[in-house]
Amino acid sequence: MIHDFITIIQDYWLLLLIGQYPNGPLGGLANTLILSALAIAFAFPVSILMALARLSKWWFLRWPMTALVYVTRGVPLLMLILWCYFVIPLWTGADVPSFLIMLVTLVIYQGAFLSEVVRAGIVSLGQGQMDAARALGHGYMGAMRFVILPQALYNMIPSMISTFVSTIKDTTLGYVINVPDLTFAASQVNNQLLTQPFQVFLILAVVYYILCWSLTFVANSVERRIARRRAGPRNVRLPAEAAPLKTITEQL
Amino acid sequence: MNGFDLSAILSNPDYISMLLHGIEMTFIIYIGSWVLAMTLAILLLALRVSPLRIGEPIVAAYVSYHRNVPTLVQLMLWYFGIFTLMPQGLSDWLANNNAEAIFAVIGLGLCQAAYFSEDLRSGLRSVSPGQMEAAQALGHGYASAMRFVIMPQGVRNALPPLINHSVSLFKNSSLAIVIGAPELTHAVKEIENISFRTFEIYLVGTVTYLFFSLIIMGIGAYIATRADPARRARA
Repeated sequence: MIHDFITIIQDYWLLLLIGQYPNGPLGGLANTLILSALAIAFAFPVSILMALARLSKWWFLRWPMTALVYVTRGVPLLMLILWCYFVIPLWTGADVPSFLIMLVTLVIYQGAFLSEVVRAGIVSLGQGQMDAARALGHGYMGAMRFVILPQALYNMIPSMISTFVSTIKDTTLGYVINVPDLTFAASQVNNQLLTQPFQVFLILAVVYYILCWSLTFVANSVERRIARRRAGPRNVRLPAEAAPLKTITEQL
Repeated sequence: MNGFDLSAILSNPDYISMLLHGIEMTFIIYIGSWVLAMTLAILLLALRVSPLRIGEPIVAAYVSYHRNVPTLVQLMLWYFGIFTLMPQGLSDWLANNNAEAIFAVIGLGLCQAAYFSEDLRSGLRSVSPGQMEAAQALGHGYASAMRFVIMPQGVRNALPPLINHSVSLFKNSSLAIVIGAPELTHAVKEIENISFRTFEIYLVGTVTYLFFSLIIMGIGAYIATRADPARRARA
């Protein structure tokens, strides 16, 4: 059994890592990472715009965004992927690669989810921050740009990382529209071997596990760090933590 | 083929019956995996708070695996992998009894149990330890303090994430299409292949999912308000 795993990894590690890259499209783990990194990079600004639209005083911005957020929360990602797979080539009239379709889907989906996080972050700051910024002469956009968003987004960093983890997990759904990612590479390996599906899919699960576990670990340590930094020196209880805290607070 | 025509889907009895079968299978998978997940979650939680020292790392490993591996990969591992390793008799029996749906229930249920047990645990942790001491000072034993004092508060605290995860379990039931379970998304794809009315049937499928998701959210919100003591005292 162990021998099977080693043989599969020895024979197919390149396919799992980069797909058929020099001779074909980039795939495998590299593509999974690129797809999720791009998705989160685009989803981040989109989510801020969506959150601002949901908090806007104009109904023609607020209502469609609220509807979009509810639809994305209530409809399976799979259905959204099928929609984009059907609609995007229809609108653009071009043969859009499935990678791009998956990217657009993920930006919409994660953008909607992140926008809830951004919105909660802005709302939890309280009205006082906005009032104070306005009293100091900032306009609405200026107050958002210089006072509200920096605070709200700083608190958001851990949930950004955990969104990155769930984006990595969501890229697996690209399998249904044949995005050449890690899952696709694994099923290619499985189709070539035919006799060892358990070994192949266990390797796949382990790779995803290592990837997501390490990112979750980073998210948790960043979260603790931010919580400590925000708590300030007043809440220090453990003397062991007091020394580094001081230097951290001095940096602030 | 030309133009938008919803009635081409909705007035065709074949399509309607395919859709209804899809919805039925989606709900079988959803309810089956929800019950499995909740039962397992309670067991996992009991193992975690039990004095057995081996319980904690086992549950932590279980939760970590199921939260860090994509649900789709878990389903594939069950259906393509573990299914083939099963003894002949069992796999024959499964193959004759809708193995796709059974593995969808097992895969989704085991995965969701990790989320549910974490929700319950964080709900219980948010009950202050003073509550347990107070209950025991009033003459409750451990079990009865749990039953009458800690659990009601803990479960109430855990309700919002439990509701969210119940909705996402409903949405995740669509993943069963990858292993070939004939649920709603499967029915939608099939009708699309027969009728070529992609836009109409996707719309029907989306609205159906949205409708049931909103109903689940609504039921959750109702239970949450019913469980809120402040609300109940006023009523």
